[in-house]
Amino acid sequence: MSTFNQIRTILSQKTIGIAGAGGLGSNCAASLIRSGIGKLIIADFDVVTDANLNRQFFFHDQIGERKVDALRDNLLRICPFASLQMHNIKVSPENISLLFSTCDIVVEAFDLADQKQMLIEYMLENLPQIPVVAASGLAGWGGADMLRTIRSGSLYICGDETSEVSDENPPLAPKVNIVSNLQADTVLGILLSENK
Amino acid sequence: MKIMLNNREEQFDAHTLTVAQIMEIKSFTFRMLVVRLNDTLIKKEEYSSASVNDGDDLKIIHLVSGG
Repeated sequence: MSTFNQIRTILSQKTIGIAGAGGLGSNCAASLIRSGIGKLIIADFDVVTDANLNRQFFFHDQIGERKVDALRDNLLRICPFASLQMHNIKVSPENISLLFSTCDIVVEAFDLADQKQMLIEYMLENLPQIPVVAASGLAGWGGADMLRTIRSGSLYICGDETSEVSDENPPLAPKVNIVSNLQADTVLGILLSENK
Repeated sequence: MKIMLNNREEQFDAHTLTVAQIMEIKSFTFRMLVVRLNDTLIKKEEYSSASVNDGDDLKIIHLVSGG
């Protein structure tokens, strides 16, 4: 076991990439910053809307702001000394290496399944030395005890793998927060077990 | 053959099967999947050629939207 100061000393030297700053990415980033991660590289091309506020780490007076700008402001309110590299860009196979090749771990925090698959496959093929912590299955309410993390080599997937978001099964704060924090906890687990 | 499928032991009558055949037998119907055979990524175009043999570790992970 380690004291928080020992943990923070290890984490302060680490860089985590987060692809997407929505429900998963914004909440995961907040937990990682609170834990003492030294540097975050976050990419998203979206703007904060009223509909995001049911689960994402933004505030009503930030509606209309670019998510990367609003999230930077919020994270710096938690830790003014954090090193944040924010990119207002759509993540694609053309820019993944450029964005994330210096990261110790990359968190997949997209909304759409085909985007998730794109990032996971790109990372496994081109940057296989970097662990990927992805999410799948977090819609609606109930069944929170089904949320878990499965691992295959350097790929970790958090969620229940079945509850897909739709109009009748929207994403809601509790399960989105649980899964984004399962991702953050998996990141800490990887980083801290390296140093045991 | 006996394999590990998603961390569970599974027995099949055949000595070898392709990833596509196992998906059909086990009814994996989701559109977006990540497939890893002994921790190696198997892409969609390889599902019907990649063969699974006794003792292999196969993971077929569903990707669903939401985030």
